[in-house]
Amino acid sequence: MSVDQTHFRTALLDSAAAVPSGLSDGAGRPAGGRFSVYRNNVAVSLTEALEDSFPVILKLLGEENFRAIMGVFLRAHPPKSPVLARYGADLPGFLEAFPPLAHLPYLADVARLELALIRAYHAADSRPADASILQSLSPDALLQTRFTLAPALELLRSPWPIHAIWRFNSEEAAPKPSPGAQDVLIIRPDFDPEPVLLPPGAAPFIAALREGQPLGPAHDAASEAAAEAQAEFDLTQCLSLLLSAKAITDIHSGTTP
Amino acid sequence: MFDADQPHNRLPPLPGVGYKPQHFSAILADAGPVGWLEIHAENYMGDGGRPLAQLRHLSNHFPISVHGVGLSIGGEAALDPDHLARLKHLCDWLNPASFSEHLAWSTHDSAYLNDLLPLPYTDATLTRVADHVDQLQEVLGRRMLLENPSSYLAFDESTWSETGFLAEISRRTGCGLLLDVNNVFISATNLGYSPQSYIDDFPLMAVGEIHLGGHDEDEDDHGAPLLIDSHGREVADPVWALLDYTLARSGARPLLIEWDADVPEWPALAAEATRARHHLAQAPA
Amino acid sequence: MSTIAKSVALAGAVTAAITAQTIPAAAMEKEKCFGVSLAGQNDCKAGAGTTCAGTSTVDYQGNAWTLVDKGTCTEIELPAQADGSARMGSMEELDRDLPQG
Repeated sequence: MSVDQTHFRTALLDSAAAVPSGLSDGAGRPAGGRFSVYRNNVAVSLTEALEDSFPVILKLLGEENFRAIMGVFLRAHPPKSPVLARYGADLPGFLEAFPPLAHLPYLADVARLELALIRAYHAADSRPADASILQSLSPDALLQTRFTLAPALELLRSPWPIHAIWRFNSEEAAPKPSPGAQDVLIIRPDFDPEPVLLPPGAAPFIAALREGQPLGPAHDAASEAAAEAQAEFDLTQCLSLLLSAKAITDIHSGTTP
Repeated sequence: MFDADQPHNRLPPLPGVGYKPQHFSAILADAGPVGWLEIHAENYMGDGGRPLAQLRHLSNHFPISVHGVGLSIGGEAALDPDHLARLKHLCDWLNPASFSEHLAWSTHDSAYLNDLLPLPYTDATLTRVADHVDQLQEVLGRRMLLENPSSYLAFDESTWSETGFLAEISRRTGCGLLLDVNNVFISATNLGYSPQSYIDDFPLMAVGEIHLGGHDEDEDDHGAPLLIDSHGREVADPVWALLDYTLARSGARPLLIEWDADVPEWPALAAEATRARHHLAQAPA
Repeated sequence: MSTIAKSVALAGAVTAAITAQTIPAAAMEKEKCFGVSLAGQNDCKAGAGTTCAGTSTVDYQGNAWTLVDKGTCTEIELPAQADGSARMGSMEELDRDLPQG
């Protein structure tokens, strides 16, 4: 009889399903446990792919829990493409909705941080703009200046201390996380993405710039957000970070209409 | 049939290795006998960053073979146009010395299963695979090599031998073949046939590259040996012997060492390549 | 603050940021590090990669499993957690036949 790939696929992902008939060991006996080699290859290789992409989630959950939970995830959300570096985009949502993990609500945002690090790693290259042009602009023109930011930049805002949790699980002797919201900017000056903890106001500022807003309105948005947090937005510090991270790739001065 | 003038590939008949990023500096410092490198296409489909920078740099020093592992040429469904476009983009950017893919399927119903899954060898599957190879060669604008799989089971419905099936696809499409000698040894052991007879039946004229890799030993429900294509250790002695049997008939070919799991430090991989060079040196010209 | 005062202050902040970039241009042109920073280190930042190899450890999961108290989440105590503890879900027995999407 004919074994179609729908049947094969269903049996691969469901260990309780019968091995498709029509498969043998080459000597006329039913394939039986030989089919498990393929089942095993699929489940183990996809679990290992998720271990490679989510090393902090792996540490947070522990290997045993991680593998068990990913066994559920990979069956519900198999990859949609053979580019495995992109696999796991559905994981944050899955972790959020998975009842046994309801008491660890920060996991989804930590997974989002890990996904963003991988996106940054594979993002397009860019060259930093020459920032000295800004010094030649009038204060008014400066307010109307827009920036193009590097494609590798990633911005994350979380009610959880995701930067601290990431560090605690990635760096030796990093301090234990304390409660609190954290904004994170992932920079990639050359080839290595690095998550940077942002001060108050910086995330709305960078988000506004990325949306194409000029420096003036972006600064206003940042100052308002910082004030809400009883802090002051430090433009010099934030611009210094973007410049040293080679994150500003083009400057459109406010002299053009 | 794809009838471009170019040969199957421009890889030299020397040892090559599957490239791993952790070996980047060591390879550039001392590649030993390694004359070319193979990469998995799917790991170089980002927009930039270190992977593509390394690959560009390596391509200035070594011929590169692009080896696809995820197109699902044996799939019942049409080839994924997005993935075809990604492969074309990579090959246009890199202009590799060779492009190869597998006689297997891995995607069905939009799920990519990350394994090289087996297909029955029938007239219907032959037509489907040949159509997919034609389509891929047209998109890439180059001839490709198609690799024989490692098998853990057989399909009752098969009416073609694997060697006959591959020979016919090569004849219909003009594609070359990638002969994985470790896969031959694994499949022959697992399915109970002679690996030498398989080599005797294989269309060696079409072979543009040979693969070697390590395997693990297990057993099936009846205690019969079941070899697993793990690529996680040195090439086994009987596989080297089967390589000699092959090379005596085919002559020297580009010869790749694949080591994908528990990847060792560079010297251990270079030592396997050195061993490959000794075997190549004994092949007829 | 008046608009003029604001724009002048902003210009000052921008100038300060630019002058803070003390690294001379020549030093910025240092050779790009294509290699992975540590010798022998895996390129883990790349995320998952491919393999065309099978896996030999036949450890296909069974039908039920239990969450166990392992992993660093047990060391992290964040007060907003519903149950006020950081422990894994009290040995909840689960059937793997959970939502299949």
